[in-house]
Amino acid sequence: MILIWLISILFIGGLIAWASESYDKNYPRLVALITVVLDFVLMFMLLQTEPTSAGWISSFEAEWIPRFGISLYFALDGLSLLLLLLTGFLGVVAIGSAWDEIKVQPGFFYFNLLWTLAGVVGVFTALDLFLFFFFWEVMLIPMYFIIAIWGHENKSYAAMKFFIFTQVTGMLMLVSILVLAYAHYTQFGVYSFKYEDLISVNVSSSLQFWVMLGFFIAFTTKLPSVPFHSWLPDAHSQAPTAGSVILAGILLKTGAYGLIRFTIPLFPEASASFAPVAMALASISILYCAKVAFAQTDIKRLIAYTSVSHMGFVTLGVYAWNEQALQGAVMTMLAHGLSAAALFMLAGGLQHRIHTRNMSDMGGLWVRVPRMAVVALFFSVAALGMPGLGNFIGEFLALLGAFQANILFTVIAAFGLIFASVYSLWVIQRVFHGEFSSEHYDDSRLTDLSRREMVYFGMMMGGLIWMGMYPQPFLDLSQPVLAQLLNSTELVISNLVSTQ
Amino acid sequence: MMTITLADLIPLQPLLLVTLTVVIVMSAIAARRNYLGAYLVTAAGLLVAAFTAFYMMLPSADYQVTPLLIVDSYSLFFTGLICATAACICVFSYSYFSDLDDQKEEYFLLLAIATIGSIVLVSSNHFVSMVIGIETLSMSLYGMVAYSVQSDQSAKNSLEAAVKYLILSAAASGFLLFGMALIYAQTGTLEFSSIINGPVTSGLGEGFSVTALLLLFAGLAFKLSLAPFHMWTPDVYEGSPLPATIYLATIGKVATFVVLLRLIINGEVLSLEPVTQAISVVAMISIMVGNLLALRQENLKRILAYSSIAHMGYLLIALIASIDSGGTISVEAITVYLVAYVVMTLGAFGIASNLSTSRAELDNIEDYRGLFWRKPLLATIFTGMLLSLAGIPLTVGFIGKFYVFLSGVESQLWGLIVILIIGSGIGLYYYLRIVYRMVLTQKESMDPDITASSGDFGSQVVLVIAFCLLLFLGVYPTLLASLVESISLYVL
Repeated sequence: MILIWLISILFIGGLIAWASESYDKNYPRLVALITVVLDFVLMFMLLQTEPTSAGWISSFEAEWIPRFGISLYFALDGLSLLLLLLTGFLGVVAIGSAWDEIKVQPGFFYFNLLWTLAGVVGVFTALDLFLFFFFWEVMLIPMYFIIAIWGHENKSYAAMKFFIFTQVTGMLMLVSILVLAYAHYTQFGVYSFKYEDLISVNVSSSLQFWVMLGFFIAFTTKLPSVPFHSWLPDAHSQAPTAGSVILAGILLKTGAYGLIRFTIPLFPEASASFAPVAMALASISILYCAKVAFAQTDIKRLIAYTSVSHMGFVTLGVYAWNEQALQGAVMTMLAHGLSAAALFMLAGGLQHRIHTRNMSDMGGLWVRVPRMAVVALFFSVAALGMPGLGNFIGEFLALLGAFQANILFTVIAAFGLIFASVYSLWVIQRVFHGEFSSEHYDDSRLTDLSRREMVYFGMMMGGLIWMGMYPQPFLDLSQPVLAQLLNSTELVISNLVSTQ
Repeated sequence: MMTITLADLIPLQPLLLVTLTVVIVMSAIAARRNYLGAYLVTAAGLLVAAFTAFYMMLPSADYQVTPLLIVDSYSLFFTGLICATAACICVFSYSYFSDLDDQKEEYFLLLAIATIGSIVLVSSNHFVSMVIGIETLSMSLYGMVAYSVQSDQSAKNSLEAAVKYLILSAAASGFLLFGMALIYAQTGTLEFSSIINGPVTSGLGEGFSVTALLLLFAGLAFKLSLAPFHMWTPDVYEGSPLPATIYLATIGKVATFVVLLRLIINGEVLSLEPVTQAISVVAMISIMVGNLLALRQENLKRILAYSSIAHMGYLLIALIASIDSGGTISVEAITVYLVAYVVMTLGAFGIASNLSTSRAELDNIEDYRGLFWRKPLLATIFTGMLLSLAGIPLTVGFIGKFYVFLSGVESQLWGLIVILIIGSGIGLYYYLRIVYRMVLTQKESMDPDITASSGDFGSQVVLVIAFCLLLFLGVYPTLLASLVESISLYVL
């Protein structure tokens, strides 16, 4: 039941935030903050709950469309809970980053923000595939509005591209889901969209590959991975800061979550044979996007490309499909969620102050905004994988696990770590070092980080240090889930081998 | 020799009620002209007919009234849907035509007569009633399309639209009748069910049936504006007064599609492979042509015209899926999609109609710039309708698309599914273009007449109801799904 509350609080909070605008322009942000904090507290309460024998910390099931065996089936395990906590945390941060930035139509803005979060919470907890798809799409529309209304100069194009990419690939996934449900109908005489039911469905091996591909494309578009990544730099550079935070911090993780939860467990056989291709794509993502990032002058586009590059480690870890690699993928998701969100907030903060994202116009800002420079340095070295911070744990484990699965691609992908240090330090050098000159922009509003901003960044720094220094609690939470997933697919794969 | 008893007439209650409405309105106009009175009587008559039909539909009904009309739960469901939609269109029409400088009362007469034609169409399983239905519907529509032609400041090109529709529609009727004649020559009866299984006159082979059916299909494809028979659609939609466009786009399409469905299913037409292939090709062309040509349009009515071509293509996929699905899923898919299509088309055009009058139509999408901040309620409804047309979840349009996908997967029509995905992807662009206009900030230079116009209360109520229905059926489709499941059995 608590899962229903998690989602409906956000939906209802969104409506209240929208309605409250007519009383006072400042109410929506307050309502939004209260809503998300309330949700966050509920998520924390779930941490206390012991999982049942089936592995679910909490679950809920009710009929929805009995004609097709579709139910409102939500369930939560350690993996989902970790991602929910990330969602709640970044939700608070996103509201903080929008606090002063969003002046136009705040009511509708916070409505969209909360509904996006509700969609994400739904995605992380839904275990009926129809319901999952439903939330998968629900999080798109408000995000479209956030980019299209509060975005920057080229927002129409960016919002449209974002929406069409994710929607079209989403439809591929819908067809795949329907093929599975129909296969269940032909084998058992009833339709079902339930996760557990569909795992046991046999799809002929020729069809299985295509069905798996439907899921794979939908998830790697969201992740994103080469070759479906081209929407991301546009969406990020045009979105308002809070939009970027949600997009980079949470929305990208839904793709990785989908791969771990659905693609591989549903199609262990097809995925195993597809793994080399996926790992190759991951390596290409890591290297190619690191290279492209280096060529950017727009600071937000640069961070967007580094996001694609870092998410390559996640794909690599997932398709290595052993416990270390999966742990690494999950840790990378969490750590990258924080570090990328922080970097986008810094870039957004800079744009808010000097109205440009062009790095060639900047330089020497350390003199003027020392606090901001230090914070930026921290998150840059976090992103490049400095030991002691969360990203290092994640990428190291992912590479360690991937090495056991495929040496060649792991070696190639490891070069990404070197590239990451190059572009991260290069950004710091171009923006904060050198001679200060304000001839390209108006520096009258160039102020250092405020106390409120320091609080948010401090929280995120704390999170990264915690993950880097003492990752065990995070690993403990996700370990049983990942072990169970590995176990179930191993059974299927070995059964297949023995029957052949 | 057949005699019609009083008991035979009872199943025809909805039809008779609408006819009675026509007679009352006509006599009233002859006695004394009153615009409000004509409107109220027509709308009330249609609503009563709708409720009667829905009431008779449950729990089950199955009457064959003379060989011409079949009144079962399925036809009663669509009778109800059509009458309710017609009543909604009455509401839109009342405010739209209220300042027309011409006689206005007869418009409602035409609308009600067109509805009679539609009811006959959805209850028909015989070629004679099909022709009667189609012609009654079309004849009234010519009048409705050209209704504001005498007015100085009417909708643009109303006469052109009416003449175009008249000529092409007559040509389409020619195809239809010729097809029927060929089938009659072969089987000697005019019932749908005897097309394939009826007695075959020696010497006339399968090729004969195929030709006849293709002619029939071409005629209906004209009415449904399926590509390549779609040329008239954008021009007629653009030229007609908005309420007439709504009628054409909703009831005109739905009634024709239901009769096509009965023809295909009862006649087992898809067992002839060339016919199936032809329908598949038409579906593909319609989806691609409709979506691609809508991309660069600036006129709202033309965009929705092209989008309706694409939607009819999606429906054809479900129709083709009936070829080898064991269950009723493809009939259910068509039924659900038609309901969704009516709700969202009515809503989308209804917004335009609500903001327009016969003197000034808001049909350029630039006119909707900033609507979100000017009229949040109407803009929210409009956004919902457009997202529904695009097939986004939370709306009934998604449920419709879900059914179509499912029926396609069941019959393994992979090629058509790919086309459907591509078409929907293209479709997102032009729907979102309109949504994007609405969220932009308003230009200073905009015509104050456009920004100040506020629709009347009645049509806003209808729009809110349509919006609630859109969300309710989108979020909780269970009731619709089980209802449709039970009535679809009657078609098979």
